[in-house]
Amino acid sequence: MPSEYRLILKHVDQPGYTPDIECYLRHGGYEVLRKALALKPKPLPDGRVLSPQEQLRDEVMRSGLRGRGGAGFSCGLKWSLVDRKSRKPIYLICNADESEPGTFKDRQIIYKDPHQLLEGIIISCYANDVHLAYIYIRGEFVEGAKILERAIAEAKAHGFLGKNILGTGYDLEIYVHRGAGAYICGEETGLIESLEGKRPYPRIKPPYYPAVLGLYQCPTIVNNVETLCAVKHIIAMGGTEYAKLGTPNNTGTRIVSLSGHVKRPGYYEVEVGKVTLRDLIFDPVFGGGLRDGHTLKAIIPGGVSAKVFKAGERVKVPRRTPDGKETFAELDVLDLPYDFDTIAAAGSMSGSGAIIVLDDSADMVEVLANICEFFAHESCGQCTPCREGALWMCKILRRMINGGGRKIDADELLRIADNIAGGRTICAFGDACAWPVLSIVSKFKDEFIARATAAEARRGKQTVDSERGAQCAAEPVSAN
Amino acid sequence: MSFTVPQDLEARIDELVSRYPVKRSAVLMVLHALQEHFGWISQEAIEWTAKKLGLQPINVFELVTFYPMFRQQPAGRYQIKICRTLSCALAGSHELHKRICEKLGLDPTKHGPQTTKDGKFTVEFVECLASCHTAPVMMVNEQLYERVEQAKAFEVLSQCG
Repeated sequence: MPSEYRLILKHVDQPGYTPDIECYLRHGGYEVLRKALALKPKPLPDGRVLSPQEQLRDEVMRSGLRGRGGAGFSCGLKWSLVDRKSRKPIYLICNADESEPGTFKDRQIIYKDPHQLLEGIIISCYANDVHLAYIYIRGEFVEGAKILERAIAEAKAHGFLGKNILGTGYDLEIYVHRGAGAYICGEETGLIESLEGKRPYPRIKPPYYPAVLGLYQCPTIVNNVETLCAVKHIIAMGGTEYAKLGTPNNTGTRIVSLSGHVKRPGYYEVEVGKVTLRDLIFDPVFGGGLRDGHTLKAIIPGGVSAKVFKAGERVKVPRRTPDGKETFAELDVLDLPYDFDTIAAAGSMSGSGAIIVLDDSADMVEVLANICEFFAHESCGQCTPCREGALWMCKILRRMINGGGRKIDADELLRIADNIAGGRTICAFGDACAWPVLSIVSKFKDEFIARATAAEARRGKQTVDSERGAQCAAEPVSAN
Repeated sequence: MSFTVPQDLEARIDELVSRYPVKRSAVLMVLHALQEHFGWISQEAIEWTAKKLGLQPINVFELVTFYPMFRQQPAGRYQIKICRTLSCALAGSHELHKRICEKLGLDPTKHGPQTTKDGKFTVEFVECLASCHTAPVMMVNEQLYERVEQAKAFEVLSQCG
């Protein structure tokens, strides 16, 4: 039976659980930090000595934790890439910009359990010799920023933060930094530019890998809210134990944000890869199925940037047989385990863990128009293909839903999207705005053609009518 | 009227600036603080911020024009932000936006924020507010409202004094 596995959300939503420090301490709060700070240097058989920080980083590496923000990059590996020889300060930034449409998991942690996040950040900072950290929180989380400020003040008053933490001589300051409504600030190098007080134009990589040249050109770690909370649990239970949760290479738990046409939209924490898309959408403990009288049409598996799956689509994905052999299996998309690797092998991504379910009432032209409107609004404008292309696609779709569709539009959309995706832009936003177009138009082309055909017929009729002298103007077709 | 920043606000801003090793980093936080106090970011506010942080006014101005949350004109006392992104749209946010605009005598087809003549409400269709499971959602000033049916929206509006 599929079920939730609440590790990070263990206390969230329990009656009487409040975001203040007293409540957190009653629930064993900051014990893991005490444990981390109490670690002693560990001599190895070969004569080397592992510092407490190295031991913590090793645990995170052993845990197999992958970033929960979108890219799913190994957290241990990210930490190992930090330039520790530069003698520059190392910064840590918690990415709390949560703005991928469909995602609302970090909000739950920030609003309901802020001290868990702080504990995760403090442990991660200690493990990486960081003395100054920022929480970059999206501007719309006004209350969330206040909750975090309050939590920071409480943690300082209790000696978990500030100078000489718990008498160990370790100093750390954490500050809340508010964004101001720009999606691109979720991209880590854009976020860093924004934190430097500039327009959040993503930086080109190489050379600007944050681990080497991040904030103020110093080594910088940028981790998502959920990732940093997971670090706390990894140190609590040990990396090896954590890695037993989930599935190989897709370890631990992750919080899935489920929205759209399901009976029970919400956030569900599950072991990675232990539940399928079918479980998440139809099982009574998760989505509880579609609205009565409706059938499934499409699934957006990882935020609106992800390529869409069509209901009934069959995909070939690598599977491991019980004796460990790699083989391929052809599965219905609903039977895909919800993890990083399988969803990627099936041609999409689990991204930020946001699943948007669409039933047969959804008009895919309207859905795509909505998505493209978002990307056209949010493109930072730095790279030409993305700046121009996102807007062209948006304008074509606007024209289509206003009755001005042409049969060539579907292919035109694909052509434009093809010219944005594939590394033609500085950051992944270019791919992100092209993928929904490429997948929705190619998988639901009949809907685009049907809509355009009807519009062309109507316009043709109007032209004939007006030639006969009727007072009926053709709808504008040159909106782009 | 000359632009003056009250002493307590300036003290708070100085504290914000002290949080960063490089003063320029504080610019978003300073602009938020000024906008909360004055209601919008005027040319004077831009120049004041630039001077405070040792920048050229253009360095501040280009942020005010980039980030959607900063306003270059005064807004209504109640700012209503309705989410237009996918999950909310599927749950009827376009209809909600239209009804609210009509109720307040605003044009639902107009792009960007609109303020009622009496200066009480500003209505804006915004991108994802990260609460897709309780769609449709809207914010009134700092408060988030979830599962906003039309009746609930009108009730919220009527409670705005």
